[in-house]
This record gives sequence, C-alpha cells and structure tokens, in this order.
Amino acid sequence: MAERIVVDPVTRIEGHLRIEAEIKDGKIVDAYSSSTMVRGLENIVKGRDPRDVWAFAQRTCGVCTTVHAIASVRSVEDALGIVIPPNAEMVRNIMAGTLYMHDHCVHFYHLHALDWVDVVNALKADPAETSRIAQSISKWPKSSPGYFSDIQNRIKKFVESGQLGIFANGYWGHPQMKLPAEINLLGVAHYLEALEWQKEIVKIHTILGGKNPHPNYLVGGMACAINEESMGGLNAERLAHVGKLLKQGRDFINQVYIPDLLAIASFYKDWGAIGKGIGNYMSYGDFPTNGYSDPSNFKFPQGVILNRDLSKVYDVDHRNEDIEEFVNNSWYDNYTEGADTGRHPWDGETNIKYSGPKPPYEHLDISQKYSFIKTPRWKGNAMEVGPLARLLVGYARGNKEIQNAVNGALTHLDVPVEALFSTLGRTAARGIETQLVADWTMEFYNQLLTNIKNGDARMANMELWEPSKWPAEAKGVGFTEAPRGGLAHWIRIKDGKTENYQQVVPTTWNASPRDPKGQLSAYESALIGTPVADPELPLEIIRTIHSFDPCLACAVHLYDEHGKHISRVTNISSCIV
Amino acid sequence: MGTQQKSKRETYFESIISHGYNRRDFMKFASFITAYMGLEHSMIGQVAKSLEASYRLPIIWEHYQECTCCSESFIRSDHPIVSDIILDNVSLDYTETLMAASGHQAEAAKHDTMKKYYGEYILCVEGSVPMGADGVYCTIAGKTALQHLKDAAEGAKLIIAWGSCATNGCVQGAKPNPTNATPIHKIIKNKPIVKMPGCPPIGEAMAALIVHYVTFGRLPELDRSGRPKAFYGKRVHDTCYRRPYFDAGLFAETFDDENAKEGYCLYKVGCKGPTTYNACGSMKWNNGVSFPIQSGHGCIGCSEANFWDNGPFYERLTNIPGFSIEGNADKVGKVAAGAVAAGLTAHAIAANVSKYKELKGRYTKGKLDYKNLDKKK
Repeated sequence: MAERIVVDPVTRIEGHLRIEAEIKDGKIVDAYSSSTMVRGLENIVKGRDPRDVWAFAQRTCGVCTTVHAIASVRSVEDALGIVIPPNAEMVRNIMAGTLYMHDHCVHFYHLHALDWVDVVNALKADPAETSRIAQSISKWPKSSPGYFSDIQNRIKKFVESGQLGIFANGYWGHPQMKLPAEINLLGVAHYLEALEWQKEIVKIHTILGGKNPHPNYLVGGMACAINEESMGGLNAERLAHVGKLLKQGRDFINQVYIPDLLAIASFYKDWGAIGKGIGNYMSYGDFPTNGYSDPSNFKFPQGVILNRDLSKVYDVDHRNEDIEEFVNNSWYDNYTEGADTGRHPWDGETNIKYSGPKPPYEHLDISQKYSFIKTPRWKGNAMEVGPLARLLVGYARGNKEIQNAVNGALTHLDVPVEALFSTLGRTAARGIETQLVADWTMEFYNQLLTNIKNGDARMANMELWEPSKWPAEAKGVGFTEAPRGGLAHWIRIKDGKTENYQQVVPTTWNASPRDPKGQLSAYESALIGTPVADPELPLEIIRTIHSFDPCLACAVHLYDEHGKHISRVTNISSCIV
Repeated sequence: MGTQQKSKRETYFESIISHGYNRRDFMKFASFITAYMGLEHSMIGQVAKSLEASYRLPIIWEHYQECTCCSESFIRSDHPIVSDIILDNVSLDYTETLMAASGHQAEAAKHDTMKKYYGEYILCVEGSVPMGADGVYCTIAGKTALQHLKDAAEGAKLIIAWGSCATNGCVQGAKPNPTNATPIHKIIKNKPIVKMPGCPPIGEAMAALIVHYVTFGRLPELDRSGRPKAFYGKRVHDTCYRRPYFDAGLFAETFDDENAKEGYCLYKVGCKGPTTYNACGSMKWNNGVSFPIQSGHGCIGCSEANFWDNGPFYERLTNIPGFSIEGNADKVGKVAAGAVAAGLTAHAIAANVSKYKELKGRYTKGKLDYKNLDKKK
C-alpha cells in the first residue's frame, strides 16, 4: 500500500517550495515538486533602462547574491556588442569565485549539515577524542580538547535552557543519523566557526562591489576604478585586503570544509546509491579567462551529458531552439500556440495565472498545473544542473584539473565513479569544486595584479554607455554558472528600453514540474527510490532535496494513497533531549 | 525531559546559579558583557538587571515574498556575531533559512512559541505580502502569507519589518506590482512596528536593534516613519567621505574616467545619496570595510520607499517623485532636490571646467584606450 507524505515548509533553503511524495514499502515511488511563491520580476523590468536591470534581477536571490547581476550585465553586453576590459573580467571572476567559496561552505554547514550531524548527540562526545580525530584529518589550529570541551559546554547550557531555538524539533536521534558523537561534536564546532568565517570572505564583495549581500555591478565592466596612487580607487591596500581574505578563505576550505566533508561522507557511503536522478547533466560553463564569447577558455567547460554516458559531450547553444520553456504544468497562461508547446526564452512570456487550490489547502491537485516554476528542456530533455553537472562535464571533456580532483575524492572515499550519480555525489561534488574554485580565484587575483603592474588600469568600457549609440533593436543572452547550476538571462532591447526579459535559473531546471511528455525534472526524479524510514520524520527527503541546494522556499507534503494526511508530528525533541 | 515540556523559564541569572556559579561570577559576566558591547562602565548595573530578569527573548522570523538577502545580511553581523546572538541573546524559534526542522515539525515549533510566549515574542518579517488574487502568490504550508502574518502578529509584542520588502514592498512592489506586494504596516495596524529598510539593511544595524532591545528592554528612538534614528537619521550624502568633492564641484563624468579614478563625487552618474537616509556612510558595510560609493558605484537609494521607480539609477537627481524623509516629506523633498539640482549645475560647470584644464594632460597618458577594446586579442 502506498501513502503520500508532506513536509511543509522545507527549511534551510532560499524560497518557498513544496514537494508531495508517494511512499510504498518504505520507498518513494512518485514525487511532485512545486514552488508556491511568485513575484513577477520578469514583468517588472519590462520598459526599464537595460543598464538598470541587473539590480532588479539581482534581487531574484539574496543567497547567490551576485550571479543574477552577472547574467544580467552579460545579457545587455551581449546584445550591444560590448566587450569588457580584462580587469573587469577578473574582478567579476573574483567575485563569483568568492561567492562559490562562501555559498558552498554555508550550504554545507548551515543548510545541509543538520541533515547528517546530530547536534544533541554531540553532548555525549568525548572532547579529547574529537580533538584527536580533528588533528588526524587536518592541521586546522582550533582543535584542542579544551576547545571542543568549551563548545560542548556551550551547547549543553543552550540545550538545558529549554529554548532550543533553531535546533528545536530537528531530526535528532533519527535512525538515519549515523555519525559517532565525536564527529557530531566536530560538526557542531565547525557549524559555529563557519558562521563566523562566512562574514569575512564576503568582504571581498564589499571591497569590489561596495556591500554584501547585493554588491554593485555595471554594464560595460565594473565601477571599482583602479588607481594605485589614490585613496579613491582600488589601490595596494584594497587589493592586499582582497588577497588576504582569499588566502584565509582557501585555508578554511582546505583545512575545515573538505576534511569535514570527507569524514562525514565516509559514514554515509550508502547515500552514494540513493537520489540518482535523471542522469542528464548540463553545464553552461563559466569563469572566462579570455572573454565571455569564447567558452573554450572557460575554467568550467560547457556541455551536455545524456544518460550518464561520459563518453560523449554535446555542445550547448543558448541562441537556438535547443532550450525551450513549457508552462503545461505551471500557473501561467498557456502560450497561444497551445498548452503543450515550448518557447525559446527570447520569445518567452510570464502571464501569471494561478489555478491551484484555494488556500488554506492540504494538498495540491497534481492532475492540474501545480507550480509557479516553468519547465525548461534542452532538445526536449530534462537536465540536472549544479556542481555535479559541472564536474561531470569537465571530467567527460577531459579537463585534467577536474579529473584529478574528482579521482582524488573517489579514491579517498573508496567508492566507484557510479557513486557520483547520487545524493552523496552532489554533496561531494560541491566540496570538490569549491577547492578548485578557491585556487582559480587566487589565479584571477594574481592576473589582476599582473595587469595593473603592466599598466592596464581599465575597469569599464563606457563607449556604448549612451542609449543613443545603440541599435533600435537588439537581443542578447547572459549565461553563468551559479553555485546551484547553469543560469541564463535572455533580453530583448527596443528603442533603448527592455522589451522582454526571461530568466531560466538553476532551480527552474532542477525543481520544475513535469513536461508535456510527462518527463520528470531532477528533484522529482531523484526522490524516486529514496528510502523513508519514518514517514513522520522524512529526513531522507530533505537530504536529497538539500543535495541540490534549492534556491526557493520549499515544502514537502506527505499523503496516503487516497490523499489523506498522515498524523502530524508536533514534538520530536522530547524523545532525545 | 523534552524541551517543549519544560514550562519554567530560566533567566540568565538563575541559569548561572544553577550551574554552580555565585552572584560574584554573575556580576563579572555582566561587566564582561557590558565591556564587550562597548558600553560605559556605568551601564553594568543595567545590563546585570536585564540579564537577571530575562529568559532568552523568543523570536519568530517569517519569510514571505523576499530573496533572503535580509537573513544573509543578518548573519554577516560582526558585532555581535550571529552565533552569540542566537545562542546567548535570543531564542530564534522559527526561521526557514536556518532552522533544523522542516515541514510540520517546523510549523509546530512556531506554534509552540506563539502559544507559550503569547504577548512576549518578537515577530520579525522578511518579505512583502502579496494581496493580489486572495494571496495565492505566496503560500507556506498551504496557507497564504497574509494568514501567516495575521496569525503570528496576534501574539507578538512588537514587529520588526526587516528590509525594504517588509517596509515598502521593494522590487516586487515596483511598477506594475504584478502581485500587489504589500508592506507589513499596511496590514497590521495594532502593533508597534520597527522599520529597518534597505536592500538589505546593514547586518550590524540589524544585530544592534536586537541587542539594544535585549539589553535595555526598550526600543531605540524611532523617527516618525518608525525607523531607528541611530541608523536612519542622516542622509548618506551628509556622511559621505566624498562630500567635499560635491561641495567643490568635482564630479566623475562617467564610470572609470579620470575623475572616477580620483574618487570624485558620483552625483552626476546617478548617486542617490542626497535623498537616501541610511548609515552606509558612517557605519559602512560588513564591519566597516567599504560602502557602495567608496567602491565606485553611486547609491541606488535602496532604503527609500519606491526607490525602484525613482530611477533610472544612472540619471542624476533632478525630479524625484515621492522620496520619503520622515514620512510625509514628499513636497519638501521635491523642492529640496530641485533646488539642489539647479544650484549644482551652475556650480559644477564652473568648477569642472577649471578641473578639466588641470587634468587635460593626464587624459593623454593612454590608460583609457577604449577604442581598441572591442578588438579580440
């Protein structure tokens, strides 16, 4: 007998998402993913100055707070044929690299770790043993028995206060929590350290973009003018500050994040066979080293892999009909061509038309449209995007740096390459690429210094700044690799104004509802087959969904086969505290 | 021994005593905290008193139509750091961004707090509420954001409206406002609401508001529109370190020109500092590292109502419709901005002509060779 389960809202993500899953014999046999919030940004930017749009688009997300601005300025530059100076390319790369370092660490410790680390169980740990383990896997200096003992006492006091705050009703004591108490204590200590560290690395955005979250960008380059002889621009002090922060960031990643990831993953190798997903992977590629228009010079290669076949990589073209968006299951007006037709984003439209149940509701009617997310397809195929897709495409393209990094992690964990196609694989891939990006970002920084040393102080190309110099009509695409996956914005400019604007974001690819052919997208597909030990506490669903690092708020709903709600859990902390 | 069953609320003082410390230890702790917060020695008594009397203040942090930049900014706070706030100062009982529990367990945690601390908890709201189509544009747990807000506001002692979304509707409230995104104060009328506009607000300012309330047991002084004067009492223009260039009529004419490289005033490339009330010029961002103008980009006015519709961002201020100084200052503002612009133009032309003469030589140094940029290497 199958039953349907509900988790609503799924927390530790950005946005509002809802998933309904059908369970039979302790495993998920069907799943539906739905986003329940809409703002209509694509319509709001219509008619506005294309040079302003990056700021609107940036507000799509305050977590990956930079990528939408990059995609936006690139789309306008692409439409108008603006080539940015090499320094601006490096500064954008440094800021994007900083975001990867920040975002992936915050995801691991603050959004994902509580799925694997049992905070309350850490109270049972022997701090001396935690210290021994910590020193055996890393040279990170904060590792004395006294340090872990202090952390443990602090958590003890916190728990004894009776006010568990953000840890209230967590999945403590769940049978799927498998770490020894000592590793749990290590995880909790580094949860707190990472919380303190993350506010440092973002200062790179503050120096180069003025603030974080939501640093400033500029069509044509960047606004942070270089002037080594003045306190008014990027001078040696400002640049040295960036360099120091990059080095500190890389140390934290290499000495804390990666050792923790490998230590925790080694207790959850079974998750290398769970959460497989659709098996189609796409990377737009990013981190240009010689201009945006030539993907062959990108650090992350561009390409598509179908059916987990790493022997063949297909090219991605954002400008033809390969990429289409469908609204057959989305709360928008159907296109005039019919409910089952797709549109390329340059011709896309966003006519919101909610047709779901009237709130308050217990469940969605999944036989009808069921999400505010549209359904994008590449040549008709559903695609998974994100760190795993990037690494697999790089691996299949024969990129030695990526191959070595991936092989190193597989060897360390002693798992086969197939284990990558999984919940564990996604989480591991995120860590592996963070190490790569931390190294690359240092390269970008050194390149910037070299350029300045050689006398190139250009930071913005303002030649085509004035709309009077623009053609009457133009269209462009700005793509990038957000930490969560491939992201692209398509713009049409007419008479100096934004005529149409469409964003296809990573979570659109991963979290979208079914297409007209009934094909599942990545979340829905990855949930199928996932074991759920206790439908009352669907920790396993959260693990797989979090492995994608969702960028919308999300709700997973659990029903029995007749759509009947199973009883609600009101307090699980009582049984373990 | 479940936490939820524990009915007695332990104060800091009781907690310390029950752990075997004595009153002297407690006073040492109070002195330390006082010094740590940068307060005068004479404040120790007050800090001790507040610690003796209070359990950790429960907070429910709601998320509606938003991008989570406010939560992200909050965790960037340097002093105090956020782990100290959530472990020691307050009890953050519900926040979709950070809490361990999901789904029913998350909602249960919220309802426990709403019931147990009725009339005592603080409700923080991040995001606007869509009022269009009966609220279907944002639902959580099958309920509309509007219903969630009304339910959570009922037992709240006070409400903090984080960021521009909750205080003025921000980007989704920009024209044509497709979902009728509505700020909190237009829905909840019977509770004190503190407004912390900004996209996002400065992290240290957010933390300081909470610490102020926990430490002194009262809100900081607010202006007529409900913003703390400490952070929104001055225009960015008045605290801007580039203000002397404005007064001297020295302006960047465009980005990355010689004047921009010198760090001259960004008024002519659209800086909204003259009409924006925020602490960016004084506190700066991310523990004082920089702020938009220092990093070469004009202020976009993100803490002012309707700032998205007051653009374009790169057009100099001349005729701004309805910027909000102390609530009802539309007309005053209009006149002021007009006068500034008129006086400035004359002043600026004269000053910059002479500056151009001075800089003429530098323009020929060849560092601004845009002509060849489009040519591929």
